[in-house]
Amino acid sequence: MTLQRLRDLLPPLAFGLAVLAIWEAGVRLLHVPAIILPPPTAIAVRLATSVPTLAADFRQTIQGVLAGYALGSLAGFVVAILIDRSQFLQRGLMPIGNLVSALPIVGIAPIMVMWFGFDWQSKAAVVVVMTFFPMLVNTIAGLASAGAMERDLMKTYGADYWQTLLALRLPVAMPFIFNALKINTTLAMIGAIVAEFFGTPTVGMGFRISTEVGHLSIDMVWATIVVAAVTGSLFYALVAGVERRVTFWHASYRSKEA
Amino acid sequence: MKSALAIATVVLGLIAVWYVAAALMNASLQRDQFANSGRADYSAHDLVGASLNMERPKLPAPHQVAAELYKLVLATPPTSKRSLVYHGVITLEETLIGFAIGSALGIGLAVLIVSMRWLDRSMMPWIVASQTVPIIALAPMIVVILNQFDITGVAPKAAIAAYLSFFPVTVGMVKGFRSPDPLQLDLMRTYSATNAQTFIKLRAPASAPFFFASMKVGAAAALVGAVVAEVTKSEDGGLGARLLAGSYYGQTVQIWAALFAAAALSAALVGAIGVAGRVAERRMAFTP
Repeated sequence: MTLQRLRDLLPPLAFGLAVLAIWEAGVRLLHVPAIILPPPTAIAVRLATSVPTLAADFRQTIQGVLAGYALGSLAGFVVAILIDRSQFLQRGLMPIGNLVSALPIVGIAPIMVMWFGFDWQSKAAVVVVMTFFPMLVNTIAGLASAGAMERDLMKTYGADYWQTLLALRLPVAMPFIFNALKINTTLAMIGAIVAEFFGTPTVGMGFRISTEVGHLSIDMVWATIVVAAVTGSLFYALVAGVERRVTFWHASYRSKEA
Repeated sequence: MKSALAIATVVLGLIAVWYVAAALMNASLQRDQFANSGRADYSAHDLVGASLNMERPKLPAPHQVAAELYKLVLATPPTSKRSLVYHGVITLEETLIGFAIGSALGIGLAVLIVSMRWLDRSMMPWIVASQTVPIIALAPMIVVILNQFDITGVAPKAAIAAYLSFFPVTVGMVKGFRSPDPLQLDLMRTYSATNAQTFIKLRAPASAPFFFASMKVGAAAALVGAVVAEVTKSEDGGLGARLLAGSYYGQTVQIWAALFAAAALSAALVGAIGVAGRVAERRMAFTP
């Protein structure tokens, strides 16, 4: 099992290292100026020497990400449960939710900055709006995914609406809900970072990127991007790990274990 | 028909909520304005009416946004720099160029990944991981770097649009090319079809539903990329530049109008792809 894992990990690792090596060699041999593309070692040095700044930026941005992610996902979930009994509202909200998910919602960032100020609250507000609709749409779809047979069985048990919801429909909806939670990790990071392009107190990953680009210190931009990328991946991995625990019964995991 | 009624109800409900929110959010601002102009004898009716028609409201009322949209889309000549059509065309151009390049590259890479095992094993994990990374953070840097090479105007924004649409298209198309089930692949093998033949006759047609789904995601992502790129380099215009200008000067009505224009553009793109997908579905009859 672990050996298999190692074997799966080897090619992408080798590929990643090869890309870094070619990048490093190419930049050095062709004398590409550092303001266009700094070599990976320079970025690593910058990363190591700017830990306090990067940590402060991280703290600032992650507040907006987490607050918005939690509120937006929770609100989407609650609204989906609230309108669960109304077929009419669902039919009306589903297409709208799907449509809104495809819209460039980050555009509301300037409005939220006006409403909630420069600090992390405005970023959280952008993230709330961005994460709400994917959760709403996925939860509605998930709640509808319980089979007719299982529902009939619940009926023969004499289960009422809430019992059916808790014992059957919510568990069946979990893969859908986690799908939304995973999509939302990325959306939350994007929302918070882009919202910072529109104004922040002088700290935050989006702020750092837009100002350091202005100063042409591209290595600092790359260092911030590395932090953002690692944060995004870890956030996603965390949610995926919880999913594995919660929906261990789902076919996509079961087949691998066997 | 039934769902049209449901959608209309929900939309009307949202507009009603919007009016109430606008009245509530603008009331205190309007009260200050009344106080400043020395008016104390206003009724609640006056207050609500005035707060729904302010020049720089916190939240403009729907009819104000609609009026602004009408003014900037239909009543302004499209050549004027104030016209949203003028800026919309800029954004659309960047989006379409970027989307075309990004999805072509994405499909090309998906073909390579599906046909070459070592690429799949070494590269696919990175491409999947890229989905979890806020790659849009690179946008300002790309604009500046391309600027160094004297690449300005549409190109840098199209580049960002391209690379935002690239990853979802690649992931979706790899899934699509892998969607034929093993039985069908075995059948191709019994026909002793070559890899290329299997690809053209089985994998490509089987990927059609995935193709249209990834096109929708890619188009939406390309538009987001174009708008964000315009924010970082706003002197060439575009809807993102209008957003930024509006936020600089506190022109909330203008921000909302630009936002709705961008939303309409995105909805139109995704809708057009959806229609094309349905037509293709009927032609190919691949619904089970």
